[in-house]
Amino acid sequence: METPSLSRSNGLVRDTPLTRPNISSKRNFPEIFFRFTLFLSGIVVLLLISAILLTLILNALPSIKAFGLEFLSSSTWDPVSGKFGSLAFIVGTLLTSFLALIISIPFSLAISIFLGEYYKKGGLPSTLGSTIELLSGIPSIIYGFWGLLILAPIVRAMEMKLGIVPYGVGIFTASIILAIMIIPYSASLGRDVINLVPSELKEGAYALGATRFEVIKKIVVPYARSGIIAGFLLSLGRALGETMAVTMVIGNANFFTLNIFSPANTMASIIANEFTEATGKLYLSSLIEIGLVLFLITAVINFTGKWIINRLDIRGSKK
Amino acid sequence: MKNLKFRIMIDKFFIILIAILTFAIIVPLFAILFYVVKQGVSVINWEFFVSLPAPIGVKGGGISNAIVGTLILIFLSAIISIPLGITAGIFLSEYNSSRLSNYVRLSTEILQGIPSIVMGIIAYIWIVKPIGRFSALSGAVALGIMMLPLVVKSTEENLRLIPQSLREASLALGVPYYRTILKVVLPASLSGILTGILIGIARVAGETAPLLFTAFGSPYMNVNILKPINSLPLLIFNYASSPYHEWQRIAWGASFVLIVFVLILSLMTKGLTRKWKTEF
Amino acid sequence: MNNFLKISLLVTGFFTGINLFAGSMKIELLGAGATFPYPLYSRMFDVYAKETGVRVNYQAIGSGGGIRQLLSKTVDFGGTDAFMFEKEMKEADGKILHIPTCLGAVVVTYNLPGKPELRFTPDIIADIFLGKIKWWNDRRIQAINPDVKLPHQKIVVVHRSDGSGTTFIFTDYLSKVSQEWKKRVGRGKSLNWPVGIGGKGNPGVAGLVKQMMGAIGYVELIYAMGNDMPVGIVRNKSGNYIKPSIESVSYAANVKLPADTRVSLTDTDAKMGYPISSFTWLILYKEQNYKNRSRERAEELLKMISWMIHNGQIYTKPLHYAPLPEAAVKRGEEILRTVTFDGNPLLK
Repeated sequence: METPSLSRSNGLVRDTPLTRPNISSKRNFPEIFFRFTLFLSGIVVLLLISAILLTLILNALPSIKAFGLEFLSSSTWDPVSGKFGSLAFIVGTLLTSFLALIISIPFSLAISIFLGEYYKKGGLPSTLGSTIELLSGIPSIIYGFWGLLILAPIVRAMEMKLGIVPYGVGIFTASIILAIMIIPYSASLGRDVINLVPSELKEGAYALGATRFEVIKKIVVPYARSGIIAGFLLSLGRALGETMAVTMVIGNANFFTLNIFSPANTMASIIANEFTEATGKLYLSSLIEIGLVLFLITAVINFTGKWIINRLDIRGSKK
Repeated sequence: MKNLKFRIMIDKFFIILIAILTFAIIVPLFAILFYVVKQGVSVINWEFFVSLPAPIGVKGGGISNAIVGTLILIFLSAIISIPLGITAGIFLSEYNSSRLSNYVRLSTEILQGIPSIVMGIIAYIWIVKPIGRFSALSGAVALGIMMLPLVVKSTEENLRLIPQSLREASLALGVPYYRTILKVVLPASLSGILTGILIGIARVAGETAPLLFTAFGSPYMNVNILKPINSLPLLIFNYASSPYHEWQRIAWGASFVLIVFVLILSLMTKGLTRKWKTEF
Repeated sequence: MNNFLKISLLVTGFFTGINLFAGSMKIELLGAGATFPYPLYSRMFDVYAKETGVRVNYQAIGSGGGIRQLLSKTVDFGGTDAFMFEKEMKEADGKILHIPTCLGAVVVTYNLPGKPELRFTPDIIADIFLGKIKWWNDRRIQAINPDVKLPHQKIVVVHRSDGSGTTFIFTDYLSKVSQEWKKRVGRGKSLNWPVGIGGKGNPGVAGLVKQMMGAIGYVELIYAMGNDMPVGIVRNKSGNYIKPSIESVSYAANVKLPADTRVSLTDTDAKMGYPISSFTWLILYKEQNYKNRSRERAEELLKMISWMIHNGQIYTKPLHYAPLPEAAVKRGEEILRTVTFDGNPLLK
């Protein structure tokens, strides 16, 4: 029997003992049981996700049947008359998440470049890296709590100076909190990608007389562009699904607004607020439909981000 | 061709800008930790840890049931997610390119991205409604499903890092395949897997949204998993939005405890990696 | 690896044992609902547990939540300040009973420098919450408060973000005194508010009003008093400006009670009655044998409710709730006597 190669997959079935055809121990019981359990666990995971999707769809059906596509375009959320439309929340979610992303971009990019290019090794970067990871470890409820009691008054004071109604809570405050929360995600991914830029490319540019900044601007970032974007997409996905921190500082107002200093509601926060008390099948079903929409949006965004990363992996190894 | 001096100036300016932006992130982190520590430390005393929450207007009260509740929830969700997660991770790493494993990997990715509030909805429909009552179990199911993808990925990645040579050496010695995996490969990657589990626990310990309509909360100490249970994040949520000064103080104290807990888990992760990691 | 397995099996076994054992211990009653009476209930249940050993876990998630959870049969009883409508009760799988537990006042509270005591007329309140009156020094508000120099401050409306009985009481009142309110918004636990931001629960609203200068909101009396916040003096149907208090709320309750106690006390005819007063109720199923409930559990539930409307009433006044009038207690007793288990009345 040939010894199998140690190389990575050549695209076909990977050469593991399990997939090699003539293993003699195949006939003995523990072996079969083991392989069976492995398969089973894989299937369970698949079933799990299908069950979740199915549950959401089934329970959202009454609302889907009642409102159809209008559910997504109407901003009326009226439990009294039984008319439900989720536009206000979709807009609230998109506004807060994209605003958070925009706020986070300069910081996240800076960190990626700082740790991926300037200071790659040593005590300082590692401490800094750990500190930033710590940021991602803080539970979201504490972000919300801090946001409500410390950040909101600051925003309130700022609004008073600007002559805006001093709610303190609202889309702006929520976006700031979200931005702080998502920076570690895109920063760590960006740092990894920037680290991987081949030195030959950079050295070639230096040899031609480029300054460090120019190398970063014209070589490093463009090369790592997809990875950086993937990192941002992941951050976005995180922001879209965030519930607690947002619920506490968003102001809980169920109307459609594009004013970032106004209170609003996101898909996640409306569910958190009203789920336990939705009386009436249609009300509950509408909330679940919002959950479904949220699930689909985050799934698509996360999936796109991961797909880009995967493509990068293959590209990276094709050297 | 731009002036050389100008370009060098931009270069210097740039690194200063980058440094400022990078260290700027420390400001909110410091602010948050500072406030939590400052407000929280003053509340911490022995009574805080061992007494139950007191009704409004009655002085004192503590977070004992929330601490116990959090621990119970973590324990239960670990039971739910670890066996399945590790097994699925092994499956993914060994059956690397089969069609099924691609779908499973996709499912894991999707699971990881599910918003926590949607998980709460699922657990409510699957567990709370049939049983007819809020329970720690339903909360643990929600948390367990959230923890699952982290365990799966961690297992898969760490198993992949083990070189084939180890597996082959074991097989060459006549060890059957399943034992090779269970007794040779898995233990070798244990530190990495445990790291993933600890990260999962840290994530899940701080979750509130899925517990809102599953674990429900309780003012009493409870170890019965079929009954409602309190947890640190739930308590913080309930108390933080109240106007009572007493309650807000307790919320800060609970936040402090929670952050310390997450920090300890973080440090354990680092310690594990250093101590147990098998190098190849 | 083996050791690890052994230990985890042991711990799991230990745990299961505890749970099975714990499950056979004292009954713990589950309730959910209104935040309106929450300070009173948490006190009452604390005392009740000390006196009888029976624990009551009441989560204040809003009246809407209480009703929903009772309909889903996930709790033993619900708490609500909005009595259920016929339509809602039809959705229930069984007849639902309402038992009043105390009286309270929904007050208008606000945040202004100096914490002045302001007078309000019904139409002013309605117009503020409709967004028609936007500034504190509006002519109309100033007119009835000649001694107070009102600042040129924007009014920030705070309402409930969750399904609330307090909201129901407040909007029930507004629908009676303002035609425009009735048409545009109506009454209910969750509404399409024209303006304002939402706070979670009575505590949430109080919290937000307390933090924002110029804010105005509606909360149960104890939440304003407990936070040292000013309370509005409201003009009632008879034209008198009434301060919310135990007495003025009790006056408002001087009405004929229907047999099922579902009655609204707002916009009272009583001359010295506070116009935004209300009962708050516990709701439970008439037939207690559902979903494997034990007879013992049903009995404990009734005992607890009975205690609340009798011995528990002494805790109302210190917390600024008004105790139940005699007539209400009697009705409550009558209703409790109709609760059955398998068709047979539980209380002798």
